[in-house]
Amino acid sequence: MNIIDKLEMEQMKKDIPRFKAGDTLKVHVKITEGDKQRIQVFQGVCIKRVNSGLGSSYTVRKISGNIGVERIFPLHSPSIDKIEVLRVGQVRRAKLYYLRNLRGKAARISEKRMA
Amino acid sequence: MINGLLGKKIGMSQVFAADGQRIPVTVLEVGPCTVLQKKTVETDGYEAVQIGFAEKAAQRVTKPTMGHFKKAGKGAFSYVREFRATGDDSAVGDVISCTMFKPGDRIDVSGTSKGKGFQGVMKRWGFAGGRASHGSMFKRRPGAIGQSAWPSKVIKGKKMPGQMGNVRVTTQNLIVVDVRPEQNLVLVRGAVPGPKNGLLEIRKGIKA
Repeated sequence: MNIIDKLEMEQMKKDIPRFKAGDTLKVHVKITEGDKQRIQVFQGVCIKRVNSGLGSSYTVRKISGNIGVERIFPLHSPSIDKIEVLRVGQVRRAKLYYLRNLRGKAARISEKRMA
Repeated sequence: MINGLLGKKIGMSQVFAADGQRIPVTVLEVGPCTVLQKKTVETDGYEAVQIGFAEKAAQRVTKPTMGHFKKAGKGAFSYVREFRATGDDSAVGDVISCTMFKPGDRIDVSGTSKGKGFQGVMKRWGFAGGRASHGSMFKRRPGAIGQSAWPSKVIKGKKMPGQMGNVRVTTQNLIVVDVRPEQNLVLVRGAVPGPKNGLLEIRKGIKA
């Protein structure tokens, strides 16, 4: 295995749950203020995933006070405590950019039915 | 102490800092380098250490060069370079590893930049060029290169088309992010000159 792959492998997290675009996520982010550390939760719909080894990331969108907020998280970042998958969505796209133009009822995503 | 070592570029990657920030890094394989010759003020007029890097098969080396390598007794090397050293206590045959660099150090890295061939002024010097369409007859040209009757010549150093890249480039003040002596790896923040597997001189930063 080449040196860079090995180096990146070391930093990758092994305990990431399976999720993809359309799923509702609860992301627990570690925030350091001075010497105190607390956890902040960001909950929303995953609208995209970028799979690129250590550089992988995902975007979570939520509506906060009538304004759409999107946050891009690095998948393997040590500042992420954990990711919870609350709901598995049924979608037909890998990138849900169309949600940006929709509001309220229209922006709902139906839950995937498990066979 | 010797002020630098030889190495090669492995490639670029990223590491996460403790606060979750992503740091772009270049992975360098630095050393181990063998001391081949010591230059002293008495014999050479200046103080320096000659080191060899990257092993090479002995049958690929000419006899006179092999004779020089034999003094160190550590086999033959592909690259031999000299670095300045003041008050150096190493002896011929000693092996210097990348542990001379510590995370947080500032270093300078020199190498030969990637060759781009003969390039025009737009790529080589960032000239704006002209309009691309609508009957333009001035697409990627440099424009005027000087005045007329006076000075009646093109001034020296005028930016013109020519060979781009494949020259020695030094990037100064790079921060060492991590040192891994067991793999001879040094991770530095940012980019270094040259292609992957290109030979590099890694020196302590003169601005540090």
